[in-house]
Amino acid sequence: MPAGDWQPSASREVLIERAHLFAQVRQFFAERGVLEIDTPVLSQGAASEPGLASFQLAQDPNRWLITSPEFAMKRALAAGSGPIYRLGPAFRAGEAGRWHNPEFCMLEWYRPGLDYHELMDEVAALLCAVATNAPENIPRYSIADVFSQAGLPDPHTASAEALRAAAEQRGWAPSKSPANDAPQARDFWLDLVLGVGISDWLADSGACFVTDYPASMAVLTQTRNGTPPLAERFELYWQGVELANGGNELLDPDLLQQRVAADIAIRVANGQQTQVGDARLIAAQRQGLPACAGVALGVDRLLALALGFVAIAPVLPFAWERA
Amino acid sequence: MATIRTNQFKGGVKIILDGDPHNIVENEFVKPGKGQAFNRVKIRNLKTGRVVDKTFRSGETVEAADVVNLDLQYLYEDGEFWHFMEPNSFEQYQAGEAALGDAKKWLKPQDKCDVTLWNNTPLQIDPPNFVTLTVTDTDPGVRGDTSGGGGKPATLETGAVVRVPLFIEIGELLKIDTRKGEYVSRASE
Repeated sequence: MPAGDWQPSASREVLIERAHLFAQVRQFFAERGVLEIDTPVLSQGAASEPGLASFQLAQDPNRWLITSPEFAMKRALAAGSGPIYRLGPAFRAGEAGRWHNPEFCMLEWYRPGLDYHELMDEVAALLCAVATNAPENIPRYSIADVFSQAGLPDPHTASAEALRAAAEQRGWAPSKSPANDAPQARDFWLDLVLGVGISDWLADSGACFVTDYPASMAVLTQTRNGTPPLAERFELYWQGVELANGGNELLDPDLLQQRVAADIAIRVANGQQTQVGDARLIAAQRQGLPACAGVALGVDRLLALALGFVAIAPVLPFAWERA
Repeated sequence: MATIRTNQFKGGVKIILDGDPHNIVENEFVKPGKGQAFNRVKIRNLKTGRVVDKTFRSGETVEAADVVNLDLQYLYEDGEFWHFMEPNSFEQYQAGEAALGDAKKWLKPQDKCDVTLWNNTPLQIDPPNFVTLTVTDTDPGVRGDTSGGGGKPATLETGAVVRVPLFIEIGELLKIDTRKGEYVSRASE
């Protein structure tokens, strides 16, 4: 163990800022009549997205550390909670880096009756309420606009091959990648261009919302039929860092079941754990989830960006290696 | 074959890529909102010294490079190879010109070098930061000038040419900074 390892990762000044941020967030929602709810951290449901890995409890292998409080919050909404927020830890196995810590602080909230554009207004208002360096106006670009401005192929129509060529030309292509005709090839190259390319490009644009993702990237949000079909989703980028992720929540329990089943099929193919999804969430949505928009925001990232850090470790009380 | 998973990537980890040993300079984990995660890595080719950006799928494994650094004593050069010895085991290693690089300008027998070995073959030789070498040729000193302003070229016993103050004469011992290739001071050995 290195000598100073017992010490907190964050300085006392930062810990004070952190406590102040929590207080401001709670005040923001209290003023807007949004109820705080503390959801379980150990859940019998696990996220199905193949990009997420849940920590499993050794003593009770049917329990998982939550990757987000989404399932429990949606069940509360279906039971008539009204608007709710939850400020607390979430866990993602294997996600460690400059902007990632396997345990992190997440702020998630749901607004029955609002749509995702109204929710973006609220996200921007929250940012202004808690960060003195937050921009007054945050522009909104569709993902198609962002790709076109960055000189990349259309994310809705480009083939896996075209996306791959664009990635290779810019030196982003990884050493191992799926064949062009593999079932998930298109999403793979979209993820790569989005994660590796666009965040660099957005780093220069201050803050912006990126909206209207391809329907294949809908996860648990609504899609809008049309040409192309769109996921009614948004991501907030600030200083090139993805800060929040939200959208109009998927209501239809059958579609929810279909998407979970599709995720499980990918998980089987990848050799990932397949005990995912939440039967209680599907039951809740059969009862009826009110039309709502929801968003999750990385609180550690927000604090780091607000204080001018270029990593989250200096704002974590005890970062992963010291936890 | 030893392998390394992307979650073990960090500065200083050595891996094989396209058949060449590489040193990870910087590692960054990136993950778009809801998708596949990647590691973006700045990586130095230990054979060519070139630094390139590479992207890996998170969770991928790569071959670990069996690279070690040893303090070796320089022995002699035979026209083709430079020979080094581990002073405790007396084990000898020979290095080709490519591994020597600039180091050959500064080495004289008995000097200790930091040698990077890959599969037991020297890949890179780093000379000591400071070496003491004799001046074998330089223009006659200008009498009375001790300021060191201006300077003149001097050839050293290893063949290297450095700029020295005007008062330096043939036969003098000089302390040289090998990282900058510059004269530091006179030396007394």
